[in-house]
Amino acid sequence: MTNLVDPPEGVTGQGFYLTSLEKAVALARKNSIWPLPFATSCCGIEFMATMGSHYDFARFGSERPSFSPRQADLLMVMGTIAKKLGPILKQVYIQMAEPRWVIAVGACASSGGIFDTYSVLQGIDKVIPVDVYVPGCPPRPEQIIDGLMNIQDLVANESLRRRHSDEYVGLLQQYGIE
Amino acid sequence: MMNYVALLMLLIVVVGFVGVTLLGSHRIGPKRHSAIKDAVFECGIESKDNARVRFSYKYFLVAILFVLFDVEIIFFYPWALNVETLGVSGLIKVGMFVSVVLVALLYLMDNRVFELESSEEPA
Repeated sequence: MTNLVDPPEGVTGQGFYLTSLEKAVALARKNSIWPLPFATSCCGIEFMATMGSHYDFARFGSERPSFSPRQADLLMVMGTIAKKLGPILKQVYIQMAEPRWVIAVGACASSGGIFDTYSVLQGIDKVIPVDVYVPGCPPRPEQIIDGLMNIQDLVANESLRRRHSDEYVGLLQQYGIE
Repeated sequence: MMNYVALLMLLIVVVGFVGVTLLGSHRIGPKRHSAIKDAVFECGIESKDNARVRFSYKYFLVAILFVLFDVEIIFFYPWALNVETLGVSGLIKVGMFVSVVLVALLYLMDNRVFELESSEEPA
């Protein structure tokens, strides 16, 4: 049997293997990210291709796109977010399970893109903290997968204490999130 | 009896593993609580009011009457298939049935059941 993922650094002996809890948790989290697709426009169509059999998003452990924020780890915002949609996006983010990550896919979600108008949010980081930005208008599925793999790196290297730290609480308070 | 010890061990391991992993992730995992986070609905729109309110039954009445009159059409099929053998007496019987249904329909229309827009309550 081949390993689907390599085990983290640890001590190996006869019949046993030791590693830190942090590394074991990181390994589990990294390879079972459940994404919540928040698709509003053309980037969402690219995400459908990413999810499909050709690009096969499920290879990275994201077998189950969650359409409820309660069971999602990764919020994937794909498409133009109008200012009216801002509070809704924020509420969906708040209702996600901890720990949670956010990926802004495409120019619109990252910066407003070509829609430099009064009605469009100039990047979702105005309302929620973002971990990874994927450029493109729309980005190709390869780019979305690259973004996901960057999220995987973040997840794998995140300290178990990060979500309890004052820094993180401060970050959320910047966005007015308790 | 000793044969079942292995089964007991398996049971302990299964229940123990599930219990430890569930409790472990519950204890170790970070949590955050707020009014929005603990809200029942998750569509992103703020929920308002209570679902247990009084609302008009008019649509329900129309729906149930539709089912009633729809089923009555079924009775026409056997008559339509045997219209030649049943002859005039069959026509009279069906005519009586239709007149009963028609009286019921007229009664409903007289009570303004189908006037959904009207503010008056049907009797």
